This record gives sequence, structure tokens and C-alpha cells, in this order.
Amino acid sequence: MAEKILAKDQLDQFLGKLAEGREVFAPQDVEGKVAWAPLEAAADLLWDFSNSDMSPKDYFFPQTECMMRFVNKADDEMGMIMQAEPELNTPRALINMRPCDAKAFQVLDLIFMQDEMTDDFYWRDKREKSLLVGLACNDPCPTCFCTSVGCGPHHETGLDVLLVDLGDKLLVKAVSDKAAELLAELPEAEQADLDQAAELKKAAEDMVEANVGVATDQLEGREVMELYEAALWPRVAESCLNCGTCTYCCPTCHCFDIQDEVQGDEGRRVRNWDNCMSWLFTVHGTGHNPRGSKTHRVRQRFMHKFKYIPDKRGGEIGCVGCGRCVQLCPVNIDVRSVVNDMNA
Amino acid sequence: MRNTYIPYPVRIKETQVETEDKMLKSFWLEFLNADDAKAFDYTPGQFAELSVSGYGEIPIGIASSPTEGEDLLFTVNKVGHVTNRLHNMRAGDVMGVRGPLGNSYPLEEMKGKNIVIVAGGFAVTTLRSTMNWLLHPDHRGDYGDIDFVYGARTPGMLLYTDEWSQWQKRDDVKVHITVDQEFPGWDGLVGFGVDIVKQIKPQPDNAVALICGPPIMIRFTWPVFEELGWTTEQVILSLENRMKCGIGICGRCNVGGEYVCKDGPVFTKAELDKLPAEY
Amino acid sequence: MEAIAQGIREAAKKLLSQGAVDCVIGFAQGTVPMRDYPYFAYTPEEADNLTWSRFCCNNLSNFLVRREMGEAGKVAIVAQGCVSRNIVGLIKENQITREQVHIIGVASPGMVDRGKVQALFPLKTITEVTEDGEDLVVKGKDFEERVPTKKVLRQNCYTCVQRNPVIVDEMIGEESEATHGGNIDKVAAPWEKLMPEERWEAFSESIKDCIRCYACRDACPLCYCHVCFVDEARPQWCGKTQDEADVATFHILRAFHCAGRCTDCGACESACPVGIKMRGFTSKIEKDIRELYGYAPGMDLEEEPPLSVYKPNDPQEFIK
Repeated sequence: MAEKILAKDQLDQFLGKLAEGREVFAPQDVEGKVAWAPLEAAADLLWDFSNSDMSPKDYFFPQTECMMRFVNKADDEMGMIMQAEPELNTPRALINMRPCDAKAFQVLDLIFMQDEMTDDFYWRDKREKSLLVGLACNDPCPTCFCTSVGCGPHHETGLDVLLVDLGDKLLVKAVSDKAAELLAELPEAEQADLDQAAELKKAAEDMVEANVGVATDQLEGREVMELYEAALWPRVAESCLNCGTCTYCCPTCHCFDIQDEVQGDEGRRVRNWDNCMSWLFTVHGTGHNPRGSKTHRVRQRFMHKFKYIPDKRGGEIGCVGCGRCVQLCPVNIDVRSVVNDMNA
Repeated sequence: MRNTYIPYPVRIKETQVETEDKMLKSFWLEFLNADDAKAFDYTPGQFAELSVSGYGEIPIGIASSPTEGEDLLFTVNKVGHVTNRLHNMRAGDVMGVRGPLGNSYPLEEMKGKNIVIVAGGFAVTTLRSTMNWLLHPDHRGDYGDIDFVYGARTPGMLLYTDEWSQWQKRDDVKVHITVDQEFPGWDGLVGFGVDIVKQIKPQPDNAVALICGPPIMIRFTWPVFEELGWTTEQVILSLENRMKCGIGICGRCNVGGEYVCKDGPVFTKAELDKLPAEY
Repeated sequence: MEAIAQGIREAAKKLLSQGAVDCVIGFAQGTVPMRDYPYFAYTPEEADNLTWSRFCCNNLSNFLVRREMGEAGKVAIVAQGCVSRNIVGLIKENQITREQVHIIGVASPGMVDRGKVQALFPLKTITEVTEDGEDLVVKGKDFEERVPTKKVLRQNCYTCVQRNPVIVDEMIGEESEATHGGNIDKVAAPWEKLMPEERWEAFSESIKDCIRCYACRDACPLCYCHVCFVDEARPQWCGKTQDEADVATFHILRAFHCAGRCTDCGACESACPVGIKMRGFTSKIEKDIRELYGYAPGMDLEEEPPLSVYKPNDPQEFIK
């Protein structure tokens, strides 16, 4: 489908259509933070923002998610038998998602939906019922390094629609056919619009290229144990607090814990985000811990993203270069320096 | 699509305390729904998540063999929150089983080969499954000589006594049961499993070894095989790690890029030698 | 500030080249604005990377109990008032000995609250912040502004009562005024004006963004427990979910575990990725400790921590 044009003053109508049968969410200014929230009106959409402080992954993989419930009564006919939670009722649209975050979902699809057995019901349910409308980055941050990890400020992977902000209007590009009906009535873009978008894309890419990036070209050829035993890890781990900030703000980190909870006659099985920084994550019932030191744990996160995932998932890197961890790490462990050291 | 996180409901049919320290207890489980029993199509070496509502799940190797019928056998070490609760459960109680999970012993590739099985302590569970498979009339002819070496600290710590006693009576398998030291009333072998391996000197030609036991046992056993000329490709091990999802997503059982729950738990020593020893 | 940084580098070089310590724990310049980071110098050359600024927001004493490299050796540590008070606390709680640490003392200039600076430039990307006298020069892609540092200090630095280290082995630069002039009780007091249900509401509101990353705990030199109560599995004291009860349990219990020990260093708030003001909880408890026992944590090596000892005249009016 050819690119379309959506005037910003027509957005309310467009959003009206988008909201038919869907809940719509977007990054908004929530008490000074850029946070994803239900969208009430087009006026609440942000156009000049870098990205949401936290990744939107919890729309597909909530930090706490009830997986199943049971009646906590042994003498009840259905007692103690786990029953699945209902599926997502109302489909969703996520609008103004940055391309890096959308790319992250495509990476996570490779992990959550591998084959018949490894097919995460909860992830798939929400993924299939969500429409992702992206907003290209025209003004990337100094901490962005998407172009060095196979993504980019105008990248389309994982999105259904990509919007490019052209000032008072948006260039609308259908990436999948999921939104065809929504876009059908929009006017087609003129050549000048396409040219402007191409220029913006080039400028944004140049901006990211000028930032510190990561080099990963040597990693594929290196043995796991060579990287694992590299001298850099104790120094990287030294200042690490082993908190969960980097993993929880990360759009591709996806480790979780499963726990049962009981209150009276009601019980549920819940999954919660968990992270490889925690010593508790791997400790055996016997007390033995395969990743017993801070160095083990810090190394795991970088190895997982930049060696294990690429080796296992056809070269796909487990990082999209959003830069959130760079901005939020309380001790400024900068993924870019770490990976460049791994690659050196 | 099927939600692979939902356990199949099962009923505890029978339980048995297996060891003198009462830390190991076996559970025979029957499926509540016949369809589930059909769907639970497993091979020796695989494991399942045992689900105790309100307590959680625990990954346990399947000790029964599909050749024994639809009921499942698990032998559980009382070590944590879920297993403590399990030990208090009785015949008739309802719980859940999720699986089968993980890969299995390479029974196809093992066809036509001599097989040495070395089991230490309660790691014998999935090897019980394997032995039942191998010794089944439909399968025995597919394999060469079988040596089964099984050691425990004391006679009272040996699992599945009734069964290996039967195997000892057969002439198509060599069964070597050993305990660490002399015990009154014990007239079997004495010494560690590794000592028995030294004595029987298994030959590497056209052979495969399955070794399951505590890490220390594996550490001492491998050099004996190496000395006899075995390669790391011929030695098959089974790992345990902390797990939650059991299907290769949640991240805690990773050893390098491999998920013990999905890519394992069975690996050759050659495969493990290329990975960090995070298990 | 640069003179202090230079002094720290020289002191560190001297200690390392003489072999007096194995390691000097200080700060180095970060890769993002306003985020200088804990740095471990093992050689005189590495000491050149040390810096000192108003962006040194971590509490370095934390690393005296969280290090994995060369744990046995003696270390030197850069410490301003609060950090030195935590060192005293760690000594009193038998986590370290006085002999294990060489304290390079500095007066605290007061550290910058990144959140406050960002709030002055809503939705804008700050690319560089430098100190220039009493101002910060804040740069973005299309702006450059001067901001008086005083306007953007961390709240705990305004109300600090001990900017100078309480124990040192050597002092770099001059001692400063003891306080920044703020009134700590004004931070603690708002809770007292609220009715119980309003307190709960205000408390709930203040933790609503928590993602349970535990950065506050992990940045805190008081939180050295090998197994934190939130990680304890048998019994499990605290649920793992994002339900309010679980999140609240964590924050309430952590605050109480800090009672009589917290030096109001602000490392928790500086570490928090979502801007939770957990000092609001600890400061009220510290006020109670001060009023009930006349005790401020970490001020000297001799005074006994009131919650660790029983005295017949301990106040008990609050026991009802």
C-alpha cells in the first residue's frame, strides 16, 4: 500500500476509528514522566519526546500476571485444579511506539513463541490482539544506539503502522495489513512528503551513528568460553549493585518467576518479572548457586543479550539500543562500553 | 492453542517412602482425564513440573517408563517448599503434572550399541525409566550389552530395590549395586560407583555411557572413562538447575545459551565442555 | 571542586604507590550527564580517573561490604559526612574494622538531584551538565542554561547536619559549614500533620511507581543482609507481586530496618529509576529516634545504638 498522509488536526477522527473495538494506549506526560497510559484525546499525544521512561513490554508481559486460578478446597469437586485465566477481552492499539520498542517485541516473539511446546499463551494472546502504531524518531538521544544493533530510528520491524512526523501532518506507512481498513480513507502522500520523510530518516540515522555505538562483529566468531572467561567481567561487576533496574527498564529482558498465592478459598498462580541480577534467581534448594557471585550475574546479562541469544536465534541480538539502561543504571554501567570491551 | 502452563490434573494413587532417612518418597500418579494421559507422550530422560496448588511447581525427572502404562512415577527429595508439602500429601490427593518437558536420552541413537549406566544416589530416577525401557521385550533386542552400576551411601538409601533385584536375575543385563562401605547384612558390592567402573572396565567401542549423580561423582567418574579410551561424545549426562517455566523462556536454568529445561536436561559431556559450568 | 578532585587523585596515587592500600574507592566521570560512578583504582595510573563533583550520588561505604575483588585487603575510600557516618555504622555493626579502611575525607558540596534538573526542562534531552562555580551549565540540543546549583540539590543535602566527615585518616580541602541550613524535621513532619488514613493515602501515592528493582536497597550501606527479608522464601514474608500490599510491605519493612541506622545519605533516592522519595519514610523514623533517644546514627564510634541495647530508662510511652 502506498504511503498515506494524516493531518494532525484530523487525529481525533483517526483515533476515534482506532478506538472502535480497541483500547488505545500511548506515551503521555504523566506528572512529568513520559509513561504509557490509556489515551483519552489526540491532544494528549506527545510529539517531542525521546521515549517512555519504561519500556511498554508490560502490555504483553505484565510485571505481575495471574496465569491461572484454583479453588483452595481439597473437598471441592474442582478443588486444587488449576483453571486458565480468561484471554484478553478487548483488543488494543498502542500508538506512538518507538521503533526500538517494537523491534524488541519481534525479538521476544522468537523467545516466547518457539514451537508447539514453547508457545507462551499469555504473550501470544496479547500480541495477536494488539495493533502497534509506531512513531519514527526524528531526534534520537545521545544514549540511543539502535543502528548498531540492527534497528534504527525509522525501523519498521514489529510494527503494523509507522508514522513519521512531518510537522503538522504525519506520513503513514502500513507495515502489515492489520490496519489496512483504518488507513484506507486517508489521502495518499505526495512525493514531497516522501522526500521529507526520507530526509528525516537519513538525518536521524546520522545522528544515532554519531553517538557511541556498540560493535558486535567479533562476537559470533568467538567461543562462548572465550568470552565467558574474558578479563573484563570482575571490573564490570565491581560497582554493580545487582539491582534490577537495567532488566526492568529493558524492552527485551524477559525473565520471570512463577509463584502460587492463596487467600482463603481462592488461590492463584502468578508470574512476576524476575532478573538474573538477583542471587535468588538461580539458587538451588540445596543452597548451591550456579551463579553465586556478582560477576557471574552481571556477565550473564550481557552474555545472554549479545552472545547466547544471537547464537540461538539466528543472529538476532537481544538488545535494541534504546539506551534506557544507560540512562537509569544507578552506577552508570554502560552497556556500550561493556559490549565494546567484549568485542575488542 | 493449548496453554502449556496449565498442569494436567492427576490423583496420587500410591506413595512410598523409599529411603531410611525418609527424605525420598515415590508417588504414582494417575491422570484424571484419559485424554491427558494420551497427550502426555514421554521418553525416558524427560521430566515434568509437579504442581501442588498453593505451593508451586517443582521439576522432577520421570522415573516411570512409558512401557509401564499410563501412570507416572516420580521420586521426590524433600528439600524445599513444594517438596515438603508433597511429602505430606497422600493417596487420593489431587495435584498437577505439566509436561513432558525437556529432551530425553538418545534412545534411537543408542540402538545397536553397548550401554553402560552409572547412577549415584537418587539421580537414578530417570535411569530407572531408561532401564525399564531398555529391558522391555519390545526394545531389548535393539541394544547390545547393558551394564547397570548403581551406588548409594548405605543399603537403606538404595531406591527401587524390588526392581533391580529382578534385573539381577536376568541374564541379559549386568547389574552392579554397590554401597559406600560394609554394612551388616549387606552381601553386595562395596565401594563407590567409580570403583565398580574401574573393575568392570567398560570398553568404548560401539558404546555409550549414561552417567547421573551428584557433581562430585561425575567429576571422579569421567577420568576413569577417559582412561579407558572413551570420548566426551560417548558420555551422556543429565543436568539439574533451578527452573520455573520448564519450556525455555523464563531464563533461570540457562547454562550458556542452552536452557536445561528445553535443550536439556540431557547433554553429552562434549556439549557441556563448551559451556560455562553454571549448574 | 577540581582542586578537591586533584587532591583525591594525589592522595590515592600516594597510597597506591606506597602499597598502603590495595584499592581506592572513589568516583569517576560517568558516560551520561550528572551520573559520576563508583570507581575502584588499583594502580597509581588508575587513580588518574578519580574525580569529585556534585554528581557523586552513590554512598561509597556500600562497597566496603559489597566488594568481591580483593576482599581481604585494605582499602581507601573517599568519604564526605554521610558516608563517614555509614562507615562508623558498619564498624559498630561489626561488618568492617576501622583498620581495614583508610578514609580520605572531603566536605560534601551537596549533591545534585538529577530529577530536579530534568524537571526544569520537561521532555527535553539534556546532553551535558557541567559545574561552573555555584551554577550548573545545562546543555541540550537546542538550549544552554545556567541553573543555580542550590536550586537543584538533593533534598537530603539541604537538610544535612554533617557535611564534614566524622572520622578521617586524611582530609582533602577545607572543612565546610556543618550544615546546608535546611530543617530535617520539615521533611519528616508532613506525615505528622496527616490523619492515619491520609497518611496511608500519601504513602500509597508515593510508592505507586515502584518497579521493585530494589535499587534503593542495593544502593544502601545498611542493607548488607545476606538474605534480605523480601528474598526469604521460607517463610516468605513478602509477596513478589506488584499488588499494593506487597510493594508497601517492602517499603515499610525496609524503612523500619533502617531505624536508628540511616544517615539520610540519599543514595536510595538517587538510585531509584522511577523517582520514589523513600527518605520520606526513613526521615520520620529517624526523627523519632532522635526525639526518643537523643541519638543520631554514625556520629561517633563509642555511642551505643539505642535499638541494639536495653536501658532501664528507655522511653516506653509509645507502648500501648
